[in-house]
Amino acid sequence: MKLGFLVDLNLCMGCKGCEIACKVENEVPLSSWRLRVKYVDVGTFPDTKRTYTPLRCNHCADAPCERICPVSALHYLDNGIVNVDKERCIGCAGCVMACPYGAIYIDPETNTADKCTYCAHRVSGGLMPSCVVACPVEANIFGDLEDTESNISRYIMQHQGNVQVRKPEKGTHPHHFYVGGGEIQLNPLASLRQEGHNLFNNITHLKHVGGHH
Amino acid sequence: MAHETIEAMNAVVTLDVALPGIVWPWLVTMNMWAKSIGTGVLFLGYFMFRYYGNENSVKEMKLPIAILSFTFLSMFLLFTLADLHQPFRMWHIFFYPHWTSPITVGAVIASVLMGLVSMLVVAAYLKRDDIFEKAWMPTLILAIPVTLYTATLMGMSTARELWQVPVELVQMMLAALLSGAATMLLFGHKFSFEVNRMLAIVLGASAAAGFTIYMGEYVFGPFKAEEVAATLAYIKGDGEYTAMFWIGQVIAFVIPMVLTYLGVTNKNRILLLPAAISALVGLWIVKHVWLMIPQLLPMS
Ligand code: SF4
Ligand code: SF4
Repeated sequence: MKLGFLVDLNLCMGCKGCEIACKVENEVPLSSWRLRVKYVDVGTFPDTKRTYTPLRCNHCADAPCERICPVSALHYLDNGIVNVDKERCIGCAGCVMACPYGAIYIDPETNTADKCTYCAHRVSGGLMPSCVVACPVEANIFGDLEDTESNISRYIMQHQGNVQVRKPEKGTHPHHFYVGGGEIQLNPLASLRQEGHNLFNNITHLKHVGGHH
Repeated sequence: MAHETIEAMNAVVTLDVALPGIVWPWLVTMNMWAKSIGTGVLFLGYFMFRYYGNENSVKEMKLPIAILSFTFLSMFLLFTLADLHQPFRMWHIFFYPHWTSPITVGAVIASVLMGLVSMLVVAAYLKRDDIFEKAWMPTLILAIPVTLYTATLMGMSTARELWQVPVELVQMMLAALLSGAATMLLFGHKFSFEVNRMLAIVLGASAAAGFTIYMGEYVFGPFKAEEVAATLAYIKGDGEYTAMFWIGQVIAFVIPMVLTYLGVTNKNRILLLPAAISALVGLWIVKHVWLMIPQLLPMS
């Protein structure tokens, strides 16, 4: 079994239901995220469009974060999930640097690495990840990539030619796919980040407990 | 490609939660800087003992070199530990080692190196040349991977494309030679001009080579990958680190190059001291800028 995600960006309407569900389910602290929905506006008024892209860990088949972790705190589960053992982690932040998708953060409360685990605790009990449950338009599709009859495999087959991953050139082989995405949604360097123009300017940052940052 | 997309589409991020800031702070700069000196003095010690071993002043350097190496390697390990968010779990590296990680390999070889350098200190202090000689070559050989491993760690930071393994390996070795020669030149008044000359040439040549590589990256780096172009933008124009980058280049490389050239050609030892101090201070700045700028890049 190799679990994977697919987000149909044609369906996503940027409601952030998945983001909130993830925060609640995993008690993600303030100023950190496991899953976030990024808005990018395209065009010049009045000819403009807003795009929405849910971003989470890709559970790469060849994960740089797993490779760099000196104590195997990041490790593969049999179902392909890249999991974190917070008790093992020494907080070197090597994984934060190694992940080409910026998917890992150092939890300011535990001072250890954390990230999306595809809700491994729910999956092991036969439940869907909480973001999948929360999505009102079923834009998040989750399932076994090795099972040709699973929803995700069928979706990939139906949308052949229009299925993308982020940064394929990095050779990480993500188990997380997008349908209907383009350069704007998937490449962080293809959009400008203008200081002071973010809708949330005042983001609260937690101080690391006993940390040095 | 991305640049053209921005121009053509006028794409602007309008809602996004904060990206994580700098995760490897100045503590990692201190780590790299201290490690360069700790291993660099061993490399320069090798040249001094090998080619000028008959001079009494050089013979007497066994203890100072061992102590310098011990002190700076201890600093390096201390800053490595201080940078961990869970420093009291450091022992996990030895009990749950993951050998694909340069952090694991580095921790193990650096610990063995510390053991050997401690042995050198004791042997030099007790004037036991037999033990010193036996431990010297293994120490020197192990100092090479300890110098280099940080480059592989940076190289494994996928998408921070500024850090490429072969180039960073060369830069790490040059930094060790530069800082080792500079540290030895602080003792220049003890040595003959010939020894000073050798140290000055190593300092000047590694400064020239280091400067050339940085300039090469600065000019040609953007052609390699869009991440490199975006990263180098932080040290170009009114970029966040432009001033610091150039200050570092001048202090670490240009001033030492000029002063060592003038010092060697005019046989003027006095000029070599400011060259050495300049190189040591500048190296910290150069390393710091190079560590910071890839961390400013948005990854997602
Ligand atoms: S997306 Fe990042 S954190 Fe997730 S598996 Fe890949 S490298 Fe690791
Ligand atoms: S921060 Fe923790 S999980 Fe990440 S590489 Fe270091 S030890 Fe591993």
